Amino acid sequence: MSDSLIALEHPTELQHHFADMEQQKNTSTFGMWLFLGTEIMFFGGMFAAYLIYRRWYYNEFALGSRSINIWLGTINTMVLICSSLTVALGVRAAQMGKRKLLVTLLLITMVFGVAFLGIKGVEWYQKYEEHHVPGSSFNASDLVSVGQKYGIHINQAHSQIYFSLYFALTGLHALHMVVGLGIFTVLTYFAWKGKYTPEYHTPIEIGGLYWHFVDIVWIYLFPLLYLIDRKPFH
Amino acid sequence: MATAVVTTERENYINSEYGIRSWLLTTDHKRIALLYLLSITFFFFIGGFFALLIRLELLTPAGDLVQADTYNKLFTMHGQIMVFFFLIPSIPAVLGNFLVPMMIGAKDLAFPRINLLSWYLYIFGGCMMLHCIVTGGVDTGWTFYTPFSTAFTNTKVIEAGLSIFIVGFSSILTGLNFVVSIHRMRAPGLTWSRLPLFLWSIYATSIIFLLGTPVLAITLLLLIFERAFHLGIFDPTRGGDPLLFQHLFWFYSHPAVYIMILPAMGVVSEIIPCFSRKRVFGYSFVAMSSIAIAVFGFLVWAHHMFVAGISLYSALFFSILSYLVAVPSAVKVFNWTATMYKGSISFSTPMLYALGFIGLFTIGGLTGLFLAALGFDVHVTDTYFVIAHFHYIMVGGAVMGYLGGLHFWWPKISGRMYPEAWGRLAAAIVFIGFNLTFFPQFILGYMGMPRRYWQYPPEFQVLNVFSTAGSTILAVGYLLPMIYMLWSLRYGKIAGDNPWGAAGLEWKTASPPPTFNFDETPEVTWEAYNYDEIPMPEEVSLER
Amino acid sequence: MALTPNIERLRGSKNMFETFPLWPVQASTIAGQLDLLYVFLLLLSLVTCTAIFTTITVFAIKYRRRHGREAEQIHGSIILEIAWSVIPLGIFLVIFAWGAIIYFHERTPPRDSTEIYTVAKQWMWKFQHPEGQREINELHVPVGRDVKLILTSQDVIHSFYVPAFRIKQDVLPGRYVTAWFRATKPGTYHLFCAEYCGTMHSGMLGQIVVMDPSDYQTWLATSRTFGSLAAAGQSQFEQLGCPTCHRFETQGRGPTLNGVYGNPVTLEDGRTVIADENYIRESVLNPGAKIVSGFKNIMPVFQGLVDEEQMNELVAYVKSLSVPPAGSAGNPTLIPPGTQPQHPKE
Repeated sequence: MSDSLIALEHPTELQHHFADMEQQKNTSTFGMWLFLGTEIMFFGGMFAAYLIYRRWYYNEFALGSRSINIWLGTINTMVLICSSLTVALGVRAAQMGKRKLLVTLLLITMVFGVAFLGIKGVEWYQKYEEHHVPGSSFNASDLVSVGQKYGIHINQAHSQIYFSLYFALTGLHALHMVVGLGIFTVLTYFAWKGKYTPEYHTPIEIGGLYWHFVDIVWIYLFPLLYLIDRKPFH
Repeated sequence: MATAVVTTERENYINSEYGIRSWLLTTDHKRIALLYLLSITFFFFIGGFFALLIRLELLTPAGDLVQADTYNKLFTMHGQIMVFFFLIPSIPAVLGNFLVPMMIGAKDLAFPRINLLSWYLYIFGGCMMLHCIVTGGVDTGWTFYTPFSTAFTNTKVIEAGLSIFIVGFSSILTGLNFVVSIHRMRAPGLTWSRLPLFLWSIYATSIIFLLGTPVLAITLLLLIFERAFHLGIFDPTRGGDPLLFQHLFWFYSHPAVYIMILPAMGVVSEIIPCFSRKRVFGYSFVAMSSIAIAVFGFLVWAHHMFVAGISLYSALFFSILSYLVAVPSAVKVFNWTATMYKGSISFSTPMLYALGFIGLFTIGGLTGLFLAALGFDVHVTDTYFVIAHFHYIMVGGAVMGYLGGLHFWWPKISGRMYPEAWGRLAAAIVFIGFNLTFFPQFILGYMGMPRRYWQYPPEFQVLNVFSTAGSTILAVGYLLPMIYMLWSLRYGKIAGDNPWGAAGLEWKTASPPPTFNFDETPEVTWEAYNYDEIPMPEEVSLER
Repeated sequence: MALTPNIERLRGSKNMFETFPLWPVQASTIAGQLDLLYVFLLLLSLVTCTAIFTTITVFAIKYRRRHGREAEQIHGSIILEIAWSVIPLGIFLVIFAWGAIIYFHERTPPRDSTEIYTVAKQWMWKFQHPEGQREINELHVPVGRDVKLILTSQDVIHSFYVPAFRIKQDVLPGRYVTAWFRATKPGTYHLFCAEYCGTMHSGMLGQIVVMDPSDYQTWLATSRTFGSLAAAGQSQFEQLGCPTCHRFETQGRGPTLNGVYGNPVTLEDGRTVIADENYIRESVLNPGAKIVSGFKNIMPVFQGLVDEEQMNELVAYVKSLSVPPAGSAGNPTLIPPGTQPQHPKE
């Protein structure tokens, strides 16, 4: 085959084992959806553990929820939702071939991501100062006092379980966020180089899928950790 | 007749590129399959070596070969290595990787680079496990029950847990590749109902990989956090629940056993029709039974916990579901038998392994019925009865299936025939050695010998001696193929494209195949197992 | 370190079915039932294997490859598929039901069983009889009496396994579980730990010594005892200061304990629970978990202040404060409420 024919029938991004770009795109997208399915099972195990203990140790978990900063959590939720918006707009920009807009939106998304992590770091630091980090320096006597005011006995071991799950869940989520930032760094670089066109921008789409997933996990985490049963005592 | 060196070889995936880099950086699914073959064989021998030490210790009632702690590490690591580093990858990563693209008429899997990543993750996890072994090992049993594993043992739980966590991702990515490829990359005309049954099994296995392995991953992660930071999630003295660990662990580990057996069933579904020259009886039932096993397999996990302290009603539920999941397996056995009816049967090595599989899997599966009976399980759980049961399935079943598949596709993979007489001899030795090793263990178990026992009361000795004797025979049976298959690479008869006259797209291309599998994308217009149309190979005689 | 103990040879029956070499001695009421199921399953498997293996062998011979005969392509048969799905399923459900019935029986201790508290720890078994005897790695019981074990672990998960009785129960830390048996034949039987628990898991052996009732009475009378378990519990109760709030004649700051055990308790959040052994245990170790309706959460936490054997004594004492069911044979463990503690017999 002559080179020009190859170029026509073989776009540079087409991998050798695919018949055409459409098959490649469908396959990649399907692969990402399946991967996200496995991530649901991954987080799901921990959600199950959390929900079981929430039922068993209602009081300690309620006070634990109260003790984490709902304002920072809410801001973070807004930050993530906005970042999903910019991702979606970015996919649209790629579809329309607007390179500069795409790069800008990807960068803004990453800024939101970094902001999320920063705010999370502040939250964790607050927990550290309050001695709510599980481990040898864990001390929930402040929560015990709160409980006493309501005439409720708080078992510190059970509180520690709440915080263990809190850190495990938010930590795992943050880790996924960091990975997402890595992916988006690569995407931004290639977008800036002009690699993505209206005909080929699958990596942007599937990167976006991943980001939306990380957002959705947070949308579940936020109410479960921060919102429910904050005021259980009358 | 042996040909020493072939000079006018066509381009194939082996000779297309030379050098270690071309192998370690390959994205060719066939090369990756061979990389896996070498790796899992290595771990098989390590796990097998531990098994031999265990059997040697059990020759006498007293603990006199190794110390108690050492013994506890031996059975733990035998289990971990065999399950996670041999059985789970074996057929999917070796035969699956090699055959899936070829069977669907594609040039490669959907994500070749992810396939290579899979292998590197396996190697990384494997190295970590090896390091764990040589720096002290772990003694919790492969099941890692808490609070022993989190708060009492001094061994390297975190490292072992991490190594399995990593190798789990290898499985997940392999499963992902298979599902996507089977969905999206089938050749024109290859509808779902024309798929070889091996692919149905691999597909069902991959579903389990995708849905189950992540739960193991999170469970191990929580275990590691608990141990490292002295949390209390699974520790009753800190408000946690050890049964929660068991539920989370078995939620994956029960479907894992279906990961181990389904591919072997798929191999048998390929071998039996070929050596009976007949299509499979009840194709759609066999195909659907694979899916049914995968689905129901997720609903039975707590049958490992009947005496663990779960509620009566829980136990009832899991018991009845365990009987439901047995039905599709039985259906397969009946369909394979019916496939032989009015066939034209020959007894090649693969066929011997397949028939051996049916026999041993039937026994293993029947004893599963024993175990699913609640009252009965109370007496025999945590005894050698369970050990015998799962070895019948995993060794008598899965390993026989693996060896049968390896022999069946060896000509395709290597371009050479293994020596048939040695193949049959080894199959017979494996069969005899296996039964002698594990049948006495059923009796031992009902007699009351618990598992994981370094020393035991003297009345159990006779049966233990039989079992150990059998294990040495079994070891010989496993060594033989290593030797003669290596031998065949240089001195084996040249295999043609299709020495067995088998159905399946993989047989329509050269042996060994070219790098991109097919010269032209095939177009499928025939049903699976169209043995009425495929001529028998000229040399039906399988003599050397 | 415990090595293999010198287990005396099994005494007893000459009946070949009871000492059949393929299964242990049948020494409990359950054992015979279980062995019957076993035989059924063995026969079923034998028949199934014979059928399948014979069929395969016949096919292998009859349809072996011969020149001039081709294989016949047969798609399948819906009727056969249905038959060999439904019939096995039916048989499986029969096995399920049979196993379930035995299991129910195994997990439902009869009322009025003699209760023996068992504490498992790495790597030994400790028993506390209601009459006060304590044993390590050896348990004496009378033949023909229902014995209920109330088990807990001091450290990791163990499992109480007596093959001759066909019973097994995992023993968990932080919780009570129960197991029961009625021995039918005097003799000495193996007790194994059946859940891997560390270095000397295989050395955590014991023996169950089943005695004729008269021998058992002799043993009871001559073995060293510290007063009944419930009496010891009453002593604990007083020492720990419990009567300060849990009074008998008047209402104190804590609920009165007369008649609590075995009966429903209404909690302040509206739930109703049955006050069983685990409830009593939890009330002592983690009182805030369940507050009785009408009371405040002011009970001190005793986690770490009582060990498992002391806990068993307390539980036995609280149980003794409940009125025995009508018609039971005099249970030697009961102490009328409000009785002053006995001094330990020496």
